[in-house]
Amino acid sequence: MSDNEVKSILFAGVGGQGILRASDIICEIIMEAGFDVKKSEVHGMAQRGGCVTSHVRYGKKVYSPLAEPGTVNTLISFEKMESLRYLNLLRKDADVIVNTEEIYPPAVNLGVASYPDDVISFLKGNYGKVISFDAGELAKKAGNIKTANVVLLGALSSHMSIDRSIWESVIKKSFPEKLIKMNLEAFQMGINA
Amino acid sequence: MKVLMSGNEAVARGAFEAGVRFAAAYPGTPSTEILEEFSKYEGVYAQWSTNEKVAVEVAIGAALAGEKAMAVMKHVGVNVAADPIFTVSYTGTNGALVIISADDPSLHSSQNEQDNRNYAKFAKIPMLEPADASEAPKYIKLAFELSEKFDTPVFLRLTTRVSHSKSVVTLEEPAKYNDKTGFIYDAEKYVMVPINARTRRLEVENRQKALKEFVETFAENKMEIGNPEIGIITAGMPYNYAKEVFPDYSYLKLGMVYPLPEKMIRDFASRVKKIYVIEEMDPFLEEQIKAMGIQVIGKEIFPFTNEFDPGVIRNAIEKNSPEAVSPYKESLASRPPNLCPGCPHRGLFYALKKEKAYVHGDIGCYTLSYMKPLEGLHSCICMGASIGMAHGMSKALKEKGKGKVVGVIGDSTFLHSGITPLLDMAYNNSDALIIILDNSTTAMTGMQEHPGTGYTLMKKEAKKVNLKDLITSLGIDNIKIIDPIDQKATRSAIKEELAKDGPSVIIAQRPCALFKRSNIKPKPALKVDQDKCEGCKACLELNCPPISWKSGVTKEGSKRKGIAVIDETLCNGCGLCEQVCKFGAIS
Repeated sequence: MSDNEVKSILFAGVGGQGILRASDIICEIIMEAGFDVKKSEVHGMAQRGGCVTSHVRYGKKVYSPLAEPGTVNTLISFEKMESLRYLNLLRKDADVIVNTEEIYPPAVNLGVASYPDDVISFLKGNYGKVISFDAGELAKKAGNIKTANVVLLGALSSHMSIDRSIWESVIKKSFPEKLIKMNLEAFQMGINA
Repeated sequence: MKVLMSGNEAVARGAFEAGVRFAAAYPGTPSTEILEEFSKYEGVYAQWSTNEKVAVEVAIGAALAGEKAMAVMKHVGVNVAADPIFTVSYTGTNGALVIISADDPSLHSSQNEQDNRNYAKFAKIPMLEPADASEAPKYIKLAFELSEKFDTPVFLRLTTRVSHSKSVVTLEEPAKYNDKTGFIYDAEKYVMVPINARTRRLEVENRQKALKEFVETFAENKMEIGNPEIGIITAGMPYNYAKEVFPDYSYLKLGMVYPLPEKMIRDFASRVKKIYVIEEMDPFLEEQIKAMGIQVIGKEIFPFTNEFDPGVIRNAIEKNSPEAVSPYKESLASRPPNLCPGCPHRGLFYALKKEKAYVHGDIGCYTLSYMKPLEGLHSCICMGASIGMAHGMSKALKEKGKGKVVGVIGDSTFLHSGITPLLDMAYNNSDALIIILDNSTTAMTGMQEHPGTGYTLMKKEAKKVNLKDLITSLGIDNIKIIDPIDQKATRSAIKEELAKDGPSVIIAQRPCALFKRSNIKPKPALKVDQDKCEGCKACLELNCPPISWKSGVTKEGSKRKGIAVIDETLCNGCGLCEQVCKFGAIS
């Protein structure tokens, strides 16, 4: 990274998917790695099944907790169609990590709107590296579907040059003793994905 | 030690470090976490008050006793508390008093977008504004120092983006609590009858004068001289957005947004060629600076509405920069927030809709019921307004309104500001029906206690108000208590009470589906019997998240075009859809 370069990661998904927790963990990791970091999200109404985003920005000195449109380096979407909602924020060469799980919005549930079917191919045609997999499936293999957010962090870790030992030590600190092994396994699943 | 904290956590920490041990608040996004966090520190007293006015009065009382006291609320809460705030500005505070206003540019979770910096000028109270969590502890400390030094209440203004974004905070050793409490009798200072208030009024102007001198040397008003071609005057979070896109320009960052340092602003203006004033919402700084006769560019190019981001500032200043757009051109189905699976409000609004009444709503989760398909509300203004509005409409409509005007209000909101209007309704013999949606908690802001829950913020057991006794004592004779998931009981109660002359209250009582102390045990998820479902979509009218439509599942001898399905992982088994299905297909 050059002297003043600030990088932005955008987390996107649906309320209840553990996005805020995951973005908290990544901020701890970035801080441990010696960077300045800011993150931003909006609580409140979003808890009720609405869209959730979290901006994470890091570098030598970070001012804004919100990324300027067109500058996000990495999008990590916890739900498939949500990866399409904030594309105005992304750089053209952004890397995209997508959980291929589908959560239908009410209009799709009621049969009055359709769920987009071209998500991954669209992303591949327009952005840099696109990694897509079913994080819920991998999380179940790790022992609990709730670890899907840590699986996604594993995938994200391959895109960041932060020492693996820092990732693991922060993950260990972030969960109660009995859940550590499962979460480390989930993290590894994400790296391999 | 450095830790990552939200602005709200950092304010709580800073207050504790400053030796503050007393705080009162009413929950409201984006301010709620400040008191929740503060209450966890050792040796503090923190309480949820019934509303913001009471919270400020409780804090004033503590300050008069010598404490450093803090009252915390969202922007619209300051409206509720405005009465004591304007006059405590006259009396001064003895100990120290800081009022925290968390504004919500972009209305992420509010009914309006008011700019509470105007309160500072209006009430002649100094106001500080940190730009992020890193600055917040220092600012709350400074706010208390100012309050003590100038014997004045002080505002600390936050915005959603400061409250709810995280940055690196350096923790400091907490100051030792210094007990200065005791009685101070000074009636001329604290009894605001006209003769005393006239004297205090002059003191306010003297204080204003002293503060205006002080701000010229206030260390958090900072000049950063870079490129002399362009100077930016800004405060709070917009400083960070501007600094991000234009790091080389010159800056005057104001830590105190009222009163303004006029000499310093003139000095800054003399050092740069062109000045932009960057502020969200109202031209609060801009108008004052223009009134000094200084030429600046402000709301000619920057928006009046919504919060900013770095892009908004770049686009306003660099007029020809191309806006970043999404290459995906199809429309995406939106995800509006919805009532939770098993939410008691869903049952109430489903039953109420059938009466085709005009429903005045209030502030809480149930406001979400206004959307399709429930379409449960026809008005919603502010906390507690539903009752007075229902009463006024019913009186205006006379016979036309009989059996057709309803007000709905949550339990926490009722206790916040619904009691006095209900008394008004009873006394003036209204024909409206009020339904209290009693889910045993303050759900929207995240399960805060209130006088109806039986517990305090400090997790102590408390005397629980009996809603029925309270309402009876206000003069309401017709009171029914029902479980809103029970459709038969709910419909007949609504029908009966609408038909009666005089005011009625229905208490729809069932704990929030997310409430931890709920006495309702979760039941197994319900299932749709594929053979019995006729595809009538009646259950879909509930807009319950687990219920969805699966088209193309036909059946011999039936015209159905698909079936309803229930997602077992989401369903909490409340049984509402079972009662709605005419074909007995859900069980």
